[in-house]
Amino acid sequence: MAQIKVEALDKSFGDFHAVKSASFTVEDGQFLCLLGPSGCGKTTTLRMIAGLELPTAGTIRLDGEDVTMNRASARDIAFVFQLFALYPHMNVRRNIGFPLKCEGIGAAERDRRVVEAARILRISHLLDRSVSGLAGGDRQRVALGRAIVRKPKCFLMDEPLGALDTEMREAMIHELRALHDRLGATTVYVTHDQLEAMAMADRIAVMNNGVVEQVASPRDIYDRPASLFVADFIGSPPMNFLPFRGGLQTGAEAIRLGERDVAIPAAREAMAESELVLGVRPEHVRFTDRGMVRGEVYGTEYLGTTQIVTVTTSYGALKARSPSSRSFRTGETVGLDFRPDTLSIFDKASGRAIRTALHEGVAHG
Amino acid sequence: MTSATTAHSVVEPSATTRRFAGSLVVLYAVITMIPLVWIMLTAFKSPDDAISYPPKVLFKPSLEGFCNLFTTRSRQTPEFIRSLGPPQGMCDDIARSRNMVVAGPSNYVPRFVNSLIIAFGSTVLAVALGTLSAYGFSRFRVPLKDDLLFFILSTRMMPPIAVAIPIYLMYRTIGLSDTRLGMILLYTSVNVSLAVWLLKGFIDEIPREYEEAAMIDGYTRFQAFVKVVLPQATTGIAATAIFCLIFAWNEYAFAVLLTSGNAQTAPPFIPIIIGEGGQDWPAVAAGTTLFLVPIVVFTVLLRKHLLRGITFGAVRK
Repeated sequence: MAQIKVEALDKSFGDFHAVKSASFTVEDGQFLCLLGPSGCGKTTTLRMIAGLELPTAGTIRLDGEDVTMNRASARDIAFVFQLFALYPHMNVRRNIGFPLKCEGIGAAERDRRVVEAARILRISHLLDRSVSGLAGGDRQRVALGRAIVRKPKCFLMDEPLGALDTEMREAMIHELRALHDRLGATTVYVTHDQLEAMAMADRIAVMNNGVVEQVASPRDIYDRPASLFVADFIGSPPMNFLPFRGGLQTGAEAIRLGERDVAIPAAREAMAESELVLGVRPEHVRFTDRGMVRGEVYGTEYLGTTQIVTVTTSYGALKARSPSSRSFRTGETVGLDFRPDTLSIFDKASGRAIRTALHEGVAHG
Repeated sequence: MTSATTAHSVVEPSATTRRFAGSLVVLYAVITMIPLVWIMLTAFKSPDDAISYPPKVLFKPSLEGFCNLFTTRSRQTPEFIRSLGPPQGMCDDIARSRNMVVAGPSNYVPRFVNSLIIAFGSTVLAVALGTLSAYGFSRFRVPLKDDLLFFILSTRMMPPIAVAIPIYLMYRTIGLSDTRLGMILLYTSVNVSLAVWLLKGFIDEIPREYEEAAMIDGYTRFQAFVKVVLPQATTGIAATAIFCLIFAWNEYAFAVLLTSGNAQTAPPFIPIIIGEGGQDWPAVAAGTTLFLVPIVVFTVLLRKHLLRGITFGAVRK
């Protein structure tokens, strides 16, 4: 097992700049999710760690050793592909044993380790089956078997659950996390699904347009987004954004929003007068008659225990999460209030979050 | 309200359609088989039966055609033949009944062997080169890839025989005329364009992830190619091999022009048989019948691949 350190990694395909100076560290035994929309460079980053693409610039260290330009076969890593990449001309046993064969491990030892891997993944009964007849989840288990059988330094997974149906996906999320806890293997996992990332990761690296926007724990990513993009991408429905113009003094505990003062976590940096954005999660919006923002109910989405209420205000449509016991009439005028200690403030031009008391005690990395 | 009963399937062809399609296939098979069957029948006729009019469908089978194919004979006086000892085998017996004696073996066997060496040699070479270049074109960023592929294809845009004269002169100069090597190289160069294009289609269909997985598992690219790509490309390779073999096996024009003795293949040799003492159709038919055997065997051995191969890309595995 190993630490993976990615420093200022760059990759261009001709004119297309796929990854822009990506840096992050995956500690030994950690489960890191690379999360982002399609085309954000997360898979390219993973493939560079694997050695399937060579970076244009930057370094990749495995346990301190610079492997940036090493061949994939020389890196001692395992890769799980979205489409499994099981060799169709081999049965399950030979598929799982294939990496061991390359290392020149004898048949007896090979078989012992294949059986062991199959036992961990509970596919022992499938060992002599052809891979083409397997269900999606079993195929993915065979692919995982091929990865764990070699005891590599780390696992790289490229949307391994993307090809499975929802039900199987849920089950595999728990299985993967349990497998990780059991093996303690350093894992980098690429996905565009925030629920997968939230459920499995120790840390999440959110990428957009080739840039790593934030690397943090799932909780920090959700509660303390480092940029407008992260705030918008994570959460369903996403964070509400209220644009306003104003300045901030260090220590300021309120901002001027229209005619009213809105309490915010104390600012830890000063901001000259500029276009800013107030960010508030739907569940931090409260309905009060004396609310600082007023608007009309546009519609509701019923979600079982809660409902999402869309309110048209002078700041645009805001979404609020409310217990579904409360009823709203379309067109009804309501007042909205925000929970002060949870608000984020962003600089609109750069998209960067402005440091406030919200970020205190959070290590940035 | 009455409910409609639909006992028949909407997408399956009806029984009538199937019967009609079936009879068309049978008709086509019969039409294509008649010449072949006629050749095989002629091979077992005596020379008189072969040219009888009206043509004989029922006849007394004879191996004279095969005897004449494999031997050369010389005409002798009956007195001389009587002075010889007992006939040496069946063919000698048949020859003596026609006032001839067997003088020695004909050139059919060496010509047939030439055909085997040249056709299989060039097929192996064309498929090997084709597989490697198709893999390269499929997987790597080759400069001017599209132009190169078009250039390779363009070699098939004219009939190969159009370049026969330049090749003849060139081969004479560099000493490749009438050599097996020369014919192998020639057929390889004609077939390699077909092989590259066919195989590129097949290899494009194999996801790259297979090789990438193998390379991460510790294999080199070449090992990944051999252990992962080749086994999955067998269908394409088999189909390509059959097409290449059929071309090289049947090729006539270059063989007539470029070979005379040493490297002559069977196709230019078989018609020559006819000139040796009368119109010996049974011998020609026997030569043709035997000539068909290797292709039939090869095709039957690979027929499963061929069937899947020629419909490649139509159905995803």
